[in-house]
Amino acid sequence: MTYIIIIISAIFVNNIVLAQFLGICPFLGVSNKISTSVGMGSAVLFVMTLATIVTWLVQNYVLMPLGIPFLQTIAFILVIAALVQMVEIILKKVSPALYSALGVFLPLITTNCAVLGVAILTIQKDFNLMEGVVFAIANALGFSLALVTFASIREHLDLMEVPAGMKGVPIALVTAGILALAFMGFTGIV
Amino acid sequence: MAAKRESTFFNMVSTLLLVSAISALALGSVYNLTKEPIALAKKKKQEEAIKAVLPAFDRLVTKKFKSGVGEEKDSLQFNLAYQGDQFVGAAINTFTNKGFGGEIKLMVGLLPDETINNISVLEHKETPGLGDKMAKSKSTWSNQFNGKNPATFKLAVKKDKGDVDAITAATISSRAYTDAVNRAVVTFGANKGGI
Amino acid sequence: MNNLQNFTKGFFKENPVFVLLLGMCPTLGVTTSAINGLGMGLATTFVLVMSNLVVSLVKDFIPDKVRIPSFIVIIASFVTVVELAMQGYAPALFDQLGLFIPLIVVNCIVLGRAEAFASKNTVFSSVVDGLSMGLGFALALMILGSVRELLGSGAIFNIKLINHDMILVFVLAPGAFIALGYLIALMNKLNKTK
Repeated sequence: MTYIIIIISAIFVNNIVLAQFLGICPFLGVSNKISTSVGMGSAVLFVMTLATIVTWLVQNYVLMPLGIPFLQTIAFILVIAALVQMVEIILKKVSPALYSALGVFLPLITTNCAVLGVAILTIQKDFNLMEGVVFAIANALGFSLALVTFASIREHLDLMEVPAGMKGVPIALVTAGILALAFMGFTGIV
Repeated sequence: MAAKRESTFFNMVSTLLLVSAISALALGSVYNLTKEPIALAKKKKQEEAIKAVLPAFDRLVTKKFKSGVGEEKDSLQFNLAYQGDQFVGAAINTFTNKGFGGEIKLMVGLLPDETINNISVLEHKETPGLGDKMAKSKSTWSNQFNGKNPATFKLAVKKDKGDVDAITAATISSRAYTDAVNRAVVTFGANKGGI
Repeated sequence: MNNLQNFTKGFFKENPVFVLLLGMCPTLGVTTSAINGLGMGLATTFVLVMSNLVVSLVKDFIPDKVRIPSFIVIIASFVTVVELAMQGYAPALFDQLGLFIPLIVVNCIVLGRAEAFASKNTVFSSVVDGLSMGLGFALALMILGSVRELLGSGAIFNIKLINHDMILVFVLAPGAFIALGYLIALMNKLNKTK
């Protein structure tokens, strides 16, 4: 039951992009085409889940026992950066097909605040490892959902006539605002 | 200006180790410097909240009791206030996980006969402009609890057939707030003998 | 570029938020009020100035291939300093800004300036650059925060100006996107006519 609540709340009610404002840079940056946004979404799913597992272990088996929780920020960002590098190297060797699909997005993910944000939120919410994993996957799905929906709107938007000053980012932001408004309709379902 | 160091294996490893070691050491000392102010700030917040929700008192006793609602492992901290030998009320650190933004922490002040004296919000992550009206600094909404006795005032929002007026457009936050208050009241009732 | 130009570029011509479009997450996330925006902006300014200072000091010592991880460690250290100091001396603001303080680490502006400016320039001009970018960021956040607070709750810096129910959506998530969209459009217009 808790898992279902975590999943629904992370994907719809507290959508990581549209309600929590995490991962805005890739949300605006790679949302021009549906195909790239699907690629980015999968890469985030992969890294976010791994990162949450590793940072959870680091927090509970290294930082807490040693009494140095104040090094959390620094430890987490290093873990994520190292993890992204490792994933890149391993993918290149093991699955060239997957690498060519996700490879270009991987370096961008280190500075995707959604990954670090979810890792820290998992600790703040006192989740156990299993809940943390579910939370990470659900958030990544929520990220992909927002990204793909947004990309499909932007593909149409390209064909529309937009006032000169609003072209590009401004109209994209206003569109995102309306999308966020739609997601607010999910408020209260959990 | 010195020439840039080359990216040999030794140079890379030693640089990274050195940078990490220096920053860990520096942070350790900053942590020690700020440890006291952080603890003080937390203590001050707690003390101010206790003073705000209770009538005048001159002595505090802190006890922990098992929560009367929810899971066994949860316990609430009771700050029992005495004026001389007279028990004048309890400020209870209570919480709920049902808030819109997650956990809400309240300090609920109860008089010996279980009447709610006053409540203050310690921590919340509710939506600005909506749920955050539970905080006294934003609106007078929470004053409706003051002076109410749970024996006659049903602690649930009107939508759930209770007596609490919900914040407009923030039923979830209001429900959560009421849940936290109820937790304090029930736990107080269950542990009255032990006070 | 002289020092004055270097200092003023962050406010208008190369404003990190309105022109360079960097650091969008905290920009949207914490600007529910003017004071929150300013607090976040100043915290980021501190991190920017300090990390620019240190990066420009040690730039020759750090081999190229481990440049980025070293910068990240330096930045993360200063972020932690801000985090600890805020918890101790401004706990109310810390509660409000919450998660976004540790997330300064992944704010593209900070790493971006360390990499693009401080690792190539002198200590003094790096500090000026950090100050300029940081204050420009703070200014942008404060403007966005004021607009949202005014439209959403009729106040600026908690001072009630309009005593009436306002357009609540501006303090909620959708309003952040919409307000920022129009502000950037306005900035585009101003930059073009100049």
